[in-house]
Amino acid sequence: MALMRVTSPHAHNRQTTGQVMQLVLLATLPGVLALTFAFGWGTLVNILLAVIFAIALEASALKLRKRPIKFYLNDYTAIVTAVLLAIALPPYSSWWIILVGIFFSIIVAKQLYGGLGYNPFNPAMVGYVALLISFPVAMTSWPAPIYLTPDELSIPNPINALLIALTIIEQPIIDGFTMATPLDLVRQNDALMIEDLINEYPQFGRWSGYGWEWVNLGFLVGGIFLLQRKIFTWHTPVSMLLAILIMSALFYDGGSSASAGSPLFHLLGGATMFGAWFIATDPVSSAASNKGRVIYGAGIGLLTFIIRKWGNYPDAVAFAVLLMNFSAPLIDHYTQTKPYGHNTQKKS
Amino acid sequence: MRKIWDIHGGVHPNENKTQSLGEPIVLSAIPPYLYVPLSQHIGAPAQPIVKIGDNVLKGQTIASANAAISVPVHAPSSGIIFAIENKSVPHPSGIDDMCIVIKTDGLDQWRERNTNKDFSQLSGDELLSIIRNAGIAGMGGAGFPTAIKLKGKNNKPIDTLIINGTECEPYITADHSLMLENADDIAMGLAILAKIIKPKTILFGIEDNKMDAVNGIEVALEKIDFSAYSDHAIDVEVVSFPTKYPSGGEKQLIQILTGKQVPSHGLPADIGIVCHNIGTAVAIQDAVCLDHPLISRVTTVTGEAVSQPRNYHVLIGTPVSFLLEQSQYRADVSNRLIMGGPMMGFALNDASVPIIKTSNCVLAPTETELPSPPPAQACIRCGMCAEACPASLLPQQLYWFSQGKELEKLEQHNIADCIECGACSYVCPSNIPLVQYYRASKTDIKQREVDHHNAELAKRRFDTRQDRLLRLEQEKIAAKEARQTARKNSNKTDKHVSLTSTASNDSAASSKSTEDRDATIKAAIKRAQEKKSASAATNEDPVARAQAKREAQLEQDQADPEAKLTRAVENAQQRLEKLHIKFSEAKKNNDKNITIIETGLEKAQAKLISSQQALDDHQKISFTNDKA
Repeated sequence: MALMRVTSPHAHNRQTTGQVMQLVLLATLPGVLALTFAFGWGTLVNILLAVIFAIALEASALKLRKRPIKFYLNDYTAIVTAVLLAIALPPYSSWWIILVGIFFSIIVAKQLYGGLGYNPFNPAMVGYVALLISFPVAMTSWPAPIYLTPDELSIPNPINALLIALTIIEQPIIDGFTMATPLDLVRQNDALMIEDLINEYPQFGRWSGYGWEWVNLGFLVGGIFLLQRKIFTWHTPVSMLLAILIMSALFYDGGSSASAGSPLFHLLGGATMFGAWFIATDPVSSAASNKGRVIYGAGIGLLTFIIRKWGNYPDAVAFAVLLMNFSAPLIDHYTQTKPYGHNTQKKS
Repeated sequence: MRKIWDIHGGVHPNENKTQSLGEPIVLSAIPPYLYVPLSQHIGAPAQPIVKIGDNVLKGQTIASANAAISVPVHAPSSGIIFAIENKSVPHPSGIDDMCIVIKTDGLDQWRERNTNKDFSQLSGDELLSIIRNAGIAGMGGAGFPTAIKLKGKNNKPIDTLIINGTECEPYITADHSLMLENADDIAMGLAILAKIIKPKTILFGIEDNKMDAVNGIEVALEKIDFSAYSDHAIDVEVVSFPTKYPSGGEKQLIQILTGKQVPSHGLPADIGIVCHNIGTAVAIQDAVCLDHPLISRVTTVTGEAVSQPRNYHVLIGTPVSFLLEQSQYRADVSNRLIMGGPMMGFALNDASVPIIKTSNCVLAPTETELPSPPPAQACIRCGMCAEACPASLLPQQLYWFSQGKELEKLEQHNIADCIECGACSYVCPSNIPLVQYYRASKTDIKQREVDHHNAELAKRRFDTRQDRLLRLEQEKIAAKEARQTARKNSNKTDKHVSLTSTASNDSAASSKSTEDRDATIKAAIKRAQEKKSASAATNEDPVARAQAKREAQLEQDQADPEAKLTRAVENAQQRLEKLHIKFSEAKKNNDKNITIIETGLEKAQAKLISSQQALDDHQKISFTNDKA
């Protein structure tokens, strides 16, 4: 065999980008299960359709760009983007909503910028925001938690869920199938004390939205698993959660009618945990250094709370993440690490 | 117990060290031909002092160190000089370099040696000259001349001597086996180092995967009273610390053992520390106590493509292929040959290259052992590289800027602090050859500096030439004017003389007229010169102006020695030009001073040549300095 001329290092640990992405997929499981328990089969149907669309669109974009298709599909990033977007969409979304979302995620946000690694914005969140702005009604109609649905029989089985998504059968228009989310209720509330609000509406659970608590805890478990596997560092998610905690504590004011809700309500409500552990940690579009990641994460937390309390959208993680994506290069510029030998130089 | 500090980052590759530790160090056979490169160290190559056909004895100097930073080269075995020619040498770029080829006679006959020296009777300077003459250069990898490192700088006292027994690269066990088998030699080498440096503390750093070596070294060091070699007490400590790559990097080891960081762009000596490899310590011991120059070293031969992985005492210049044969190398299963370890070693073009002073390992892996690198995927900025970087750099950012050839950005992100350890590439999930990008970028930065310097030089040369041409033109005009005035005046005097000559005798008249003419020419030249200087010195006081000019010149000279040399060349040229004019005038006039002027002319020419030489030399030096 001819001698190979390659440069050092010759040894390599065997972890590949594909494996990293598979771990991320695995880590979404508890959250996805909680979503399915709370809202029915819709989430899984979302994921199924999104993954199919993502693979198809990614492959065609790679073909147009004359890139090896199998090689790039093997990095699993299209699937991760699809799953993350599918989780963010309301269950039982129509297929064309999913398709438009995936188109914006994969084609506009990722491939048009040059493919994996060159996207300045989080692809899943670009898709989500494009949908939220274009189809606000569809995007804000979350189904009520299963346990609140008055007629148990109206809960679609897996096949019906798929048919609903493919718009072959209509979504059941039973009163109470869709409901305002807890975050919506708190934001729009200006008459009731928080405690009364929680008693008034059945969507609230023990600390936050019914079902949402478990969804958030599920994503928290998945996130901690990834942290333990060193897929990312603690800096972004922890600083984001801390920022939300501090802001919500500052504006809780004991639960008056002007209150924004308790810190636990915010930490376990809406997309907080999903955003902190699965969206904000997207390495491509986030800050590079650990110090930068703290600023980046805190910025997302801060903006999330501000948009939740004073903005017009029910949840805010997507906007907060995109806004901080903008500032990531700026943060990088000011938060360079101090390399070996640069501390002593100043002293001497 | 000494406090152990942690370094940032680092990785834990499979160690693979046990394979080559199965048996003691084996003495390698003498190959039929030894290929001894003249440049096995950092600095100028050694200069051959033997001719083809000369008989040489083992240990005889065959190339001497003529430059400030250089070391001599010795014959590793006895034989005849077969060739002095370009041969492929172990170098990452696979280049050829000058080698002395010795056809060995198998007798391995030593030159005369002065053994059993008691080094405690020798002074530091004597020891340094022994080390220098023995051709010792750092054996840890870089190959910096040891004597120069030991000499240090007067203004930077060394209080800590660190001996590097880390050997953090996977597979390599050359230092480990040396510590197991030659602990007493290492201790003796350490005593010599202590006598030269006279440190307050000696720290012997060994990773905790070599506890057998730690114990052996501790026993050996206890036998020696280091304080006896100095006027003050010396603390000696063997420190073991957790195994992690790249703890053995000089800067990393210093941080682990002392918590201090070597300043960026600085040397360990800047913080009072000097580091030496244990191989170097043994070589110093051999040179001082046995009069045994550096002609052999311990090299690990390992990897799954050799059936007998082990360590060899191998002569410098032994071809890698000859060494591999002794370990039953299986070329059919080997996918590459690496000189050094799997993290920082470089792949060899062919197995004919020789073992040199810095070759600590020859690694022959199979494809399953170290698979070929898969194609690189996109960087997802996951940051694993930044977590692994022992220099706390941001490799993902450096990669980004390297791709875009943004050299300023790279410098801002301190690419110069990268030690090329390969930890970033090792962890990269996208298999990007990051280190290769940094090497290329570092070269780009260096090249840009060289280009910049060359452009500056060319510009200066052009400006100087323009100035000179302009001045010559002016001088020509001035000389022409002077001649014209002189002719006019002489015509006048001639007339005057011819008028008076009628009254006196002819001969007297003619001689007088010659004298007169000489005087008038001189007067004319003087007037012309005065006119010239007056026109040059506008309205100001010429004396003050000249003084100011002189002062300005002096200042400029101090700031820029090159300008001074350039001016010397110009002055010499001017003088030569003037003398030429004078000479042709004198010839025309049949002046009796013609011979004097002629010698002056020759002197001026010599002066011009020598000053030109000085300028060239200076430019060459400053060029090489900049390059370095």
